[in-house]
Amino acid sequence: MNQQSLILRTTGRFLLPLLLLFSLFLLLRGHNEPGGGFIGGLVAAAAVSLHLFVMGTNAARRVLRLTPRDLIGWGLTTGVLSAVPSTLLGEAFFTALWFEITLPLLGELKLGTPLFFDLGVYMVVVGSVLTIVLNLAEES
Amino acid sequence: MSFPLTLAIALPILIPLFSGALSVTGWRSRRVQRALAVIGTGLLLLASILLLHAVWQDGFVVMEMGSWPAPFGIVLVADLLAAIMVLLAAITGFATAIYSLSTISERHERFGYYPLLHLLLAGVNGAFLTGDIFNLYVWFEVMLVASFALLILGGERAQMEGAIKYVTLNLVSSAIFLSAIGLLYGLVGTLNMADIAAKLATVDDTGLVNVVAMLFFVAFGIKAAAFPFFFWLPASYHTPQVAVSALFAGLLTKVGVYALFRVFTLIFNISDSLTHAMLVWMAGLTMLTGVLGAAAQFEFRRILSFHIISQIGYMIMGLALAPLSPLALTGGIFYIVHHIIVKANLFLISGLVYCLRGSYELKHLGGLYRDKPWLGILFLVSAFSLAGMPPLSGFFAKFIVIRAGIEANAWWLVATALVVGLLTLYSMTKIWAEVFWKAAPTEDNATRPASGDLRALYATIAALALMTLCIGLGAQPVFELAQRSAEQLLDPSRYIEAVLGERL
Repeated sequence: MNQQSLILRTTGRFLLPLLLLFSLFLLLRGHNEPGGGFIGGLVAAAAVSLHLFVMGTNAARRVLRLTPRDLIGWGLTTGVLSAVPSTLLGEAFFTALWFEITLPLLGELKLGTPLFFDLGVYMVVVGSVLTIVLNLAEES
Repeated sequence: MSFPLTLAIALPILIPLFSGALSVTGWRSRRVQRALAVIGTGLLLLASILLLHAVWQDGFVVMEMGSWPAPFGIVLVADLLAAIMVLLAAITGFATAIYSLSTISERHERFGYYPLLHLLLAGVNGAFLTGDIFNLYVWFEVMLVASFALLILGGERAQMEGAIKYVTLNLVSSAIFLSAIGLLYGLVGTLNMADIAAKLATVDDTGLVNVVAMLFFVAFGIKAAAFPFFFWLPASYHTPQVAVSALFAGLLTKVGVYALFRVFTLIFNISDSLTHAMLVWMAGLTMLTGVLGAAAQFEFRRILSFHIISQIGYMIMGLALAPLSPLALTGGIFYIVHHIIVKANLFLISGLVYCLRGSYELKHLGGLYRDKPWLGILFLVSAFSLAGMPPLSGFFAKFIVIRAGIEANAWWLVATALVVGLLTLYSMTKIWAEVFWKAAPTEDNATRPASGDLRALYATIAALALMTLCIGLGAQPVFELAQRSAEQLLDPSRYIEAVLGERL
């Protein structure tokens, strides 16, 4: 993939961080508004795929750091673990737990177990989409 | 609700999910995956014993997932039947995991054998424990996805062919299941099984209720491989790795049987003449076609596959006669307990024979009794148990079901059951004579594959054979267990009250 156009290469470099940020934004707003782990994961996977088209498969793997398969595994683990804390407090399995932290400058931050579940979904989606894309790209 | 109970019912699903997820993260290390397989299924076994104990004490264990209240959120409900099934799944899973350590090749492990094994167990346990009909569908799909991947693991030609039939028919079943859920939701406006059961009694449109009942009947009939929907089973079960075959043979069709038991005791009324007649016919013909199909086969695993079908017939007979004899459902549940252990074990034995001789074809096998007399004994214990010889577990299972048939005056069904028992004995002695007794065909002695360490295989098979012997010799506690779970099933109001409580 050496004959890429200059335009694609230049915009690709700008778009990767933007799209990744946007995917995180979607992930975080997902609890009460449209968004969430699944959509966020798809956007992130699209960002890495774009990078793959621009810079090749090795560069895409470098962006990920983990292999896509490990992402799936850790995502699943995070998702399952997010259901557990409630059982330790005597609540039913999967009950959402929320806690608030006051951060300096930024104000109040509401964190909860559903966020970890969403994060797990995000990782699984990124992992599974990129497993497919990378395999296809490396085969051709 | 106290803390250990909510955990007790969640653990049988949580443990395999968690060990499966960890197993994916440890993809590169064979040792991690193998250790996780044994530890995960071992813990699952402990958890399921804990659950059965809790249910035996309290009658029902109910948990509302995410603390969303019952008719709206998804509930997990464990009555005795569900707890027994979870325990059986754990026993089979543990045995398979140990057996897999020395039979699954590194190549198959690299395709993700162990994570899929955990996922399958999670799906099966989820299906047993859920109290929500749509959630049941979801667990069926989880199970189907995992089983499809396990079935084609290795990607051989025969596997692909079997898998296509398996997947097509199971997808048809899922589609019918889903339409049935849709219609049911249209009728009663709820998905919670206890709530459906309570509200369906007030629905006037009996025609539509019958249609929904028949849709469930067909959907679960396909899953259970009952007549006339069984074709996918003998087409696919002899193709994958033998540990996979054993797990499928022990568990998958029984999930269909479990769903039939659940839906036709809780939601629909089987004393309704149409459903009752359908179940009786299905039971008789399933028994008969299965055993006749087996008689025509000369491949170890194919014979066993057909016998799964015929044995399913006995379980459905237990369900079909439930309105006529109080003993019938007890017999059906006892039969499931006996069958899962024995059938999984027979498949495991066929795998060990393959390790020793390198073939599943009866005509290539022979003379094993001379080399491995103990294996012969272990086979005989399981085979005679399947055929229903006293004092093994199969005898009591058949005895209770047939006794119930006599009480119900269902003479044709009783006659069929007896004849099928005899034909099962014929099939088993055929395997015995061909594999163990007759002289080994000489030309095959040279092609015997090098056998590795088979001690784990012997240990697994011996443990399961011992279990069938124990169920036979100490049938009374198992009978009491089956009887109490049958009582729970026959009185759906207790289930409804346990789930909905004062919200009724």
